[in-house]
Amino acid sequence: MSAHVNMQTATPDKSIPLSQPTTRATDIRARGEPFTWALGGALALGCAMIIGFLVMVFWNGLVTFVPKPVIAVTTTDNQVTAGEPTRTELYKPQSADLAALSPQIQKSISDSDGFASRTMFRVGNYDLYNEDFRWVSEFQVTKTEAPKDILFAEREEWGPLIATLKNITVDGQTIETADIHDPRFAAAHQTSRDRRKRIREIEKDDIGKINFQLDELRIDVRKAELRSGRDSTDHAVAQTTLKEKTPQLEAQYKALAEEAGKLRELNSRNSAMFVDITGREKSVALDLIVRVYKPNDMSFFESVGVYFSRWWEFVSSEPREANTEGGILPAIFGTAAMTLMMVIAVAPFGVITALYLREYAKQGKLVAFVRISVNNLAGVPSIVYGVFGLGFFAYVLGGSIDQLFYPERLPNPTFGTGGLLWASLTLALLTVPVVIVATEEALSAVPRSMREGSLACGASKWQTIKYIVLPRALPGIMTGVILAMARGAGEVAPLMLVGVVKLAPELPVDGFFPFVHLERSFMHLGFHIFDVGFQSRNSEAGKPMVFVTTMLLIGLIFAMNVTAITVRNRLKRKFKGSQF
Amino acid sequence: MNMDVQNLTFDDTIYHIKKGGEGAVMEINDLNLWYGTAQALYKVTMPIEKGMVTALIGPSGCGKSTLLRCINRMNDLVDGLKINGEMKLAGENIYARGADVIALRKRMGMVFQKPNPFPMSIFENVIYPLRVDGVTDKTILEETVERALRGSALWNEVKDRLQESALGMSGGQQQRLCIARAIAGDPEVLLMDEPCSALDPIATAKIEDLINELAGQYTIAIVTHNMQQAARVSDNTAFMYLGRLIEYGDTETMFQNPKSPRTQDYVTGRFG
Repeated sequence: MSAHVNMQTATPDKSIPLSQPTTRATDIRARGEPFTWALGGALALGCAMIIGFLVMVFWNGLVTFVPKPVIAVTTTDNQVTAGEPTRTELYKPQSADLAALSPQIQKSISDSDGFASRTMFRVGNYDLYNEDFRWVSEFQVTKTEAPKDILFAEREEWGPLIATLKNITVDGQTIETADIHDPRFAAAHQTSRDRRKRIREIEKDDIGKINFQLDELRIDVRKAELRSGRDSTDHAVAQTTLKEKTPQLEAQYKALAEEAGKLRELNSRNSAMFVDITGREKSVALDLIVRVYKPNDMSFFESVGVYFSRWWEFVSSEPREANTEGGILPAIFGTAAMTLMMVIAVAPFGVITALYLREYAKQGKLVAFVRISVNNLAGVPSIVYGVFGLGFFAYVLGGSIDQLFYPERLPNPTFGTGGLLWASLTLALLTVPVVIVATEEALSAVPRSMREGSLACGASKWQTIKYIVLPRALPGIMTGVILAMARGAGEVAPLMLVGVVKLAPELPVDGFFPFVHLERSFMHLGFHIFDVGFQSRNSEAGKPMVFVTTMLLIGLIFAMNVTAITVRNRLKRKFKGSQF
Repeated sequence: MNMDVQNLTFDDTIYHIKKGGEGAVMEINDLNLWYGTAQALYKVTMPIEKGMVTALIGPSGCGKSTLLRCINRMNDLVDGLKINGEMKLAGENIYARGADVIALRKRMGMVFQKPNPFPMSIFENVIYPLRVDGVTDKTILEETVERALRGSALWNEVKDRLQESALGMSGGQQQRLCIARAIAGDPEVLLMDEPCSALDPIATAKIEDLINELAGQYTIAIVTHNMQQAARVSDNTAFMYLGRLIEYGDTETMFQNPKSPRTQDYVTGRFG
């Protein structure tokens, strides 16, 4: 109706002169374009940095295990160096060194502003040279070649060996062969490796079991002594059992030790004689060679084989050589176990706290104060939590547990020192504010109409929370738990105080009763990065491992987060369409 | 409240229904209510007759929703609420010290302004009052679902998709589902707080038909903004203004022959 009226009165009145349209200038600042550009630029910069970081980590991580060629260079002083070229850089030779060079070279160096190029070679053979890496300046090089017959052997100790094979000794008999593809070499190598594996099994599992039983018997004696006194029958019985069983166990031990000794003796008769590039000979027991390949004479498939066999070793075995070689299985396991236990601890604790704060507590000054305190907890430096975890969890709680339940093991602490459980709880404490804040927000976002609808049906407050509020808030709570998980998994500083170690001899899960040992110290990828990169004998050798481990840590956290986010999104879908 | 309001004078409530009659399922006596320091209800006294539809009408802020939410003590959730007076359901004062609020709410059903189905299946929505009572017998639950959904004229539309999410239904269906949920527990009183205000005209017409059908079986108290609706669906009408009950009587008298000039003005559309 009104539209109709408007159309009639909208006929233009021709008597009014049309004025010139006035244009009001719009300043570029008013349009805000520069700010849009600045905001977009900031975002692009942030993305570029993240992508750059990921590319660097992943590139370095992925190429670490690619077998590299070995180059032999002869220098002006007639020294030959063979090794994997690791990196090349420009440097300024010192003037004293420069003076000794020929005028020609001096000129070319001064032409390039006094800079010369040098390359770092991983020469290996630490037991021969006392160094793993060697710099070779480009101007010194007289000859460069890639010898076809040179071998790259990874060893259990002393790092890699770069040399050629001269002969092998099998069962004390020398066989002249220089070919690693010789079936006799392969067979002898395999036998030696198998024996080594068996020795390890004997020492770790079989002898470990006997030691465990002996320990248990001794602990039984001490237990009986503590419980019933020194003169009690209990104590006497325990002592007789110990006395009776000890010789038996010791005999078993002796037999096993003998078997291991025999195998070791056999293995010492299998060795390979290598000759390095300078002609120095080095004999290496075959069982110490992890893998050996010809870096300059390999087919593509051989390279791929070496690459994947290195990866498999990395993710499936224990570290060796002060963590710079071998695998990181214990660290992967430790990180995953700790993060999962942290989530198990932090989720119920945080959710219950938030439920009380939001749903039951009277919203007053005290609750406001508690809420501020919780938020501030999130800002406390993580090392402080580590100190608290060590002081409270390990020493006070763990100490009391030891006094009450494991007095027979004292003075050796069981729970009274850092361990998986205390580390998880410390991290749970560290991340609980995140869960509380997220849960409170999720709870307050549940529409009032839902609660009222439930209450009007005669549901109690608890039933309303259980059936309506919590399911509805679950995606939000999950978000909080995911954030907590992400923060917890990447945390290292507090863990160093409450249970993470450089090398854990045993996993927290094994075949000995009670199978899960939450009191044990464990390895962690984050700490492993720090240890390999900055605490090892040779940080240059550890550097590639830093990238690989970082990559794995990122991958692990990514995998855990993706799982949690998938679960959350599935829950969210359930509530879709509830908006009006 | 501004000065004009403060200076208004109010006569006593005009009744066209006998107070304290035999048929009253609820008796509200001298109910005063404060939100903090602001008084929202003044000495409201009214019976609610059994088996009848009682409409509460009045301009925004007159206290009609507040009064309705007092009946199942939904206002308990509000901080700083103060009530005195008496409200009796079948002779018991529901505001007595130690009264069991949960048991009270189980005797009532409530339908809200916006449809508020729970994020569950249609089936679970309807049997929610039974679930909270711990009923697990499948036959009882299934019978209840059919009875409640037939009662809310939804059975034929949803009988084949009872296990689907209630959130996939249309607004009108959702509101009828809420009515089904409200009657699933076989309440003595059904409270409706502007049940059609969020619905389109067709859905509104369906709900009104439904109220007429339910009228004989349940005692219904309905708050509405829409006077035509009140005239169409209710047996008795209460007109409220600024927290006071101005006039209360059978709907025909209230709309055609009101005594109070304020009622007269409101029902003829002169203000409100």
